[in-house]
Amino acid sequence: MNLENFIQIEPNCWAVRLKEEGGGLGGGKEGANLPVRFYADKELLAAMDEKVKEQIINVSQLPGLKGYAFAMPDAHWGYGFPIGGVAAYDPEEGGIISAGGVGFDISCGIRCLKTDLTVEDIFPYAKELSDLLFRNIPAGVGAEGNITLNEAELDEIMLNGAHYATSKGYGTKEDILYIEDSGKVSGADPSMVSISAKRRQKSEMGTLGSGNHYLEVQAVKQIFDENIAGVFGLKEKQIVISIHCGSRGLGHQVGTDYLITLAKAAAKYGINLPDRELACAPIKSVEGGMYLGAMNAAINVALCNRQMLTQLTRDAFEKIFPKAAIKTLFDVSHNTCKAEKHTVNGKELLLYVHRKGATRAFGPFHPSLPDLFKETGQPVIIGGSMGTGSYVLAGTKESEERSFSSASHGAGRAMSRNQALKLWKGREVIDELKEKGIIIRSRSMRGVAEEAPDAYKNVDAVAEATEKARLAKRVCYLSPVICIKG
Amino acid sequence: MDEIQNYSYFEHGADIGITGKGKTLEKSFEAAAVAMFAIITDISKVNPVKRIKFNFTEPDIEFAFISWLNNLLNESHLSNMVFSRFHVERDKDIWMCEAFGESWHSGLERGTEVKGATLTKLSVINENGIWAASCVVDV
Repeated sequence: MNLENFIQIEPNCWAVRLKEEGGGLGGGKEGANLPVRFYADKELLAAMDEKVKEQIINVSQLPGLKGYAFAMPDAHWGYGFPIGGVAAYDPEEGGIISAGGVGFDISCGIRCLKTDLTVEDIFPYAKELSDLLFRNIPAGVGAEGNITLNEAELDEIMLNGAHYATSKGYGTKEDILYIEDSGKVSGADPSMVSISAKRRQKSEMGTLGSGNHYLEVQAVKQIFDENIAGVFGLKEKQIVISIHCGSRGLGHQVGTDYLITLAKAAAKYGINLPDRELACAPIKSVEGGMYLGAMNAAINVALCNRQMLTQLTRDAFEKIFPKAAIKTLFDVSHNTCKAEKHTVNGKELLLYVHRKGATRAFGPFHPSLPDLFKETGQPVIIGGSMGTGSYVLAGTKESEERSFSSASHGAGRAMSRNQALKLWKGREVIDELKEKGIIIRSRSMRGVAEEAPDAYKNVDAVAEATEKARLAKRVCYLSPVICIKG
Repeated sequence: MDEIQNYSYFEHGADIGITGKGKTLEKSFEAAAVAMFAIITDISKVNPVKRIKFNFTEPDIEFAFISWLNNLLNESHLSNMVFSRFHVERDKDIWMCEAFGESWHSGLERGTEVKGATLTKLSVINENGIWAASCVVDV
């Protein structure tokens, strides 16, 4: 990205200055700063596509924006919003809710599990464990789950999220404590979810999906903050498991159903969309309310799905390690719009915070956090890409005013899928990673090639920039051992 | 024009841009559907032995293009099928659609799931008598 219009206001925070004479985007004067902020070091910023700037400026122009629209250190070109885009809108000022600001994979996120196993325990059984996980976790396009639901059960999931799963024996009540929003969001309205969306989900519960979704067995390799790691229950050589997936077919169909509805609603309410993919409606409108009800239902489906996958993972581990304790560290969502209270200019407001490819990162003493995290802030997980490792961080107090308590969610793509396919073959990627001691299991060689580690940005740089921007603090680095790729 | 030769991809940072071309608007839609399902599997291996039919109403041709692709994805999931041949007819605002394919089985390549067709880079245009329908699909 050309940095000509960027002003560095802190070492890892950038503003964009308006160049157009006599106004232009936002109607500001030449030389005025646009209501956008980029959190990144210079290298990460320069490596971002020009489209990230265009998209985050578009986001900042939607009605009712509070403060700034933010690009996280892992930001890359998305559709409508950039991936790694955060923006909060005030319903009392005509603020909007955008289907494009949430995306198709509603509440895609990461469940991180901690075990009492070590690298030494796992290595002799790594191949056998990978086989078991691959068998137990339905993954990839066209894969159906073994859990089938009737309409009433699906309605219950849409209302009760992960609580439905635990009530049916998928996990424990202790898991619920360590899921954002205690395992279910309020405001879900199953009647706003189409029959098609419900039908799509009937055989997709307990499935991983495809694309960048994965289940990864990881080892804690480096501790950055001993105190917080101790509170989180993490130590060197410990085995943890990360499950990255979302609301599956129901969420995809909700996104589909409301995209054109909200694009037409935007025209009806006189909202000028700089990009139609920003399809939105006022939060207080009928269409906005309908989408909110459906989107919240999809969030609950995602929370339930990751809870079910948690138990399927435990079942696989217990076949080899019958006495293993596998507990939920935390469950974070990436693609959401959530009603949250934030303080802006000394005033507490109820805002609708869109996080598209970004993680909520509540800092210490936030009232919604479980007691365990009161003094540390919530765990934030930055997922890597097969060979590149992941990070556990902790939310900071400062992130409240810096980004509405938001942080990076992953390494972020460095190149397109088409480019990746030209550079790598799936089989070669698997063989190369095997040489490094990492077992990859996937039904899709195309998917493995598209997700090759070098198709992503340097996750170390993203985690470091996230910390230096004071959005979240690094706690530990996780290196991959086994990856079940969707 | 042979629909197999009339689809292409364009660059997008995280997802995939698809374009279908044809001598008619309907043929461009069909070619774009081939492009989309070629992401999901090797469509040359898909036997078009089962047919799915659906209709929808949409006056705007660009929104109709998105609806066409998203309806196909929906039908594909509901039937656990993958499609390789497509047919579209239009009567004013009503779009009558057919897709031909087969159920997923172990002989089919598992490519990458397409979550939805987006409004990003959406265009349906006619240049020199050739229709081109494009958008980015989320994968």
